[in-house]
Amino acid sequence: MVTPEMKICRPKVTVKDLSVSYGRLESLRHVSFEVNEFEILGVIGPAASGKTSLLRTFNRLNDENPAFQKTGKILLDGVDIYEKMDLPTLRKKIGMIFALPAPLPLSIFDNIAYGPRLHNVWKTSELEAIVEKSLRAAFLWEEVKDRLKTPAMKLSGGQQQRLCIARSLAVEPEVILFDEPCSGLDPIATAHVEEAMQELKAKYTIILVTNNTKQAARVSDRTAFFLMGELVEIDRTQKIFTVPQDKRTEDYISGRFG
Amino acid sequence: MDFVGLPVPYTMKPRRISEFLIESAIFLAGTISILFVVLIFIFLAKEGFALFRTVSLWDFLAGKDWYPISYPPRFGALPLILGSVWVTLGAILISVPIGVACAVYIAEVAPHWLREILKASVEFLAAIPSIVLGFIGLVTLVPLVQSLFNISTGLTALAGSLMLGFMAMPTIVSIMEDALTAVPRSYREGALALGATHWQAIWRVVMPAASSGVIAAVMLGIGRVIGETMAVMMITGNAARIPTTLLQPVRTMTATIAAEMGEAVQGSPHYASLFAIGIVLFVITFIINLTADFFLHREK
Ligand SMILES: Nc1ncnc2c1ncn2[C@@H]1O[C@H](COP(=O)(O)OP(=O)(O)OP(=O)(O)O)[C@@H](O)[C@H]1O
Ligand SMILES: [Mg+2]
Repeated sequence: MVTPEMKICRPKVTVKDLSVSYGRLESLRHVSFEVNEFEILGVIGPAASGKTSLLRTFNRLNDENPAFQKTGKILLDGVDIYEKMDLPTLRKKIGMIFALPAPLPLSIFDNIAYGPRLHNVWKTSELEAIVEKSLRAAFLWEEVKDRLKTPAMKLSGGQQQRLCIARSLAVEPEVILFDEPCSGLDPIATAHVEEAMQELKAKYTIILVTNNTKQAARVSDRTAFFLMGELVEIDRTQKIFTVPQDKRTEDYISGRFG
Repeated sequence: MDFVGLPVPYTMKPRRISEFLIESAIFLAGTISILFVVLIFIFLAKEGFALFRTVSLWDFLAGKDWYPISYPPRFGALPLILGSVWVTLGAILISVPIGVACAVYIAEVAPHWLREILKASVEFLAAIPSIVLGFIGLVTLVPLVQSLFNISTGLTALAGSLMLGFMAMPTIVSIMEDALTAVPRSYREGALALGATHWQAIWRVVMPAASSGVIAAVMLGIGRVIGETMAVMMITGNAARIPTTLLQPVRTMTATIAAEMGEAVQGSPHYASLFAIGIVLFVITFIINLTADFFLHREK
């Protein structure tokens, strides 16, 4: 078995002194850390601590927001994603799964084929292969293989979320950002999604934002704790949850505030 | 407040009664509007069907001559129906592409401050009385069309189409803009996150998601165009001939009713024929609304 320790730890994403603000409101303050390749980095913190802002900054989803401002750098494999990379390339490399599953108003098949088609894959046989592979990787294939042509909206919430995961996988990203992917799901659906994430780790680097500290403890290799836009602590998950260095981390994970 | 101790029926009863009253009032309001529609149709039918005692339905719908006061009178409504169709088609060809582009720009592209200004101006455009637009059309569009195409008169179907196109645009833009903004942000971001460009997201996700609203907007725009009367009457030339190009004078169904109702002798075939035209209009508008309804409630 390959444990995370046995892998060579190579920084995949490097965040250097990142600050993000929306107009006057600062939502991230001088944050620096690294995400290693093939790890799951859990990101925890109370509401409005800047977790979503962080992910949206990675994916450059805030670019259209005129109030959005950022200083500092984000490097993907050493390349600045704001300076040296165009948007489609970046978003192909960094996929994002949102808190609320948001399938496109298309069939299951077309939802997954949407990304590859954007990147100019048009052959039906090729698309079929991609769709099957992605659905299998997201643990959804068995449940939907007989109704790929039905609207994705007809799936259950948990299935929709796995569909969104499959949709991201279909463009073969390198990094996948999850923003509270299980917040609307029941425990069984959550278990399915977590299982999918564990499998994905072998091939992808994952950042998992979660409001559920237990989930971070279950799933992530390392965990970062954010509070009011500051990165309080980042360390091996086991350490964070057993011997946190910072008093605030301890208070948060033991549920004393939030 | 503390209701403990109050017997349950005591607190429930007034609420039950008011609930009942409100429900009945709403029911009444709903049925009254249906009743009115039915009554209007019955009235139209009663007056209009009298025509078919002297003229066959086919001669009315397909007849090429509209000479209601010559002797013997001819009630061929085809020129009028085609007049309306031509003017409407022209107006749609003009207003739909511009309207769609305008709505997409307002909803998806324009910066916030410009969006508000544009929305306000579109609403302002919708508020201009049609007679005023007709008047402006008469003194500006008509001479323009005349000199542009070098024809003897600018009072043509084209002038009518242009003006009606501008009349329909605010309807199309504002309804479509609502439909586009109602598309959840998550669709857009989902598409963007997969690497779609802004335009790809609009074209392949936002527009299809808003398609029912987009179609409804277009249908309502058409409804507005086909029912318009005074302004078209002022600038289309009012010649009841079957038009072969947009550069000919035409006369629409609505203009015919408005122009001739005053002089038609009540109870005469002429009078009845105007009501029969009304029925045709009613049926056309009804079909348009039904189509719009179908698209609005279509299962996604
Ligand atoms: N688009 C935006 N415009 C303005 N302010 C924003 C925007 N997005 C986030 N913020 C602000 O940035 C701060 C951080 O928000 P963020 O969504 O990153 O928090 P979060 O950690 O994801 O919280 P939650 O756990 O509730 O999702 C908040 O104060 C929020 O109000
Ligand atoms: Mg969030």
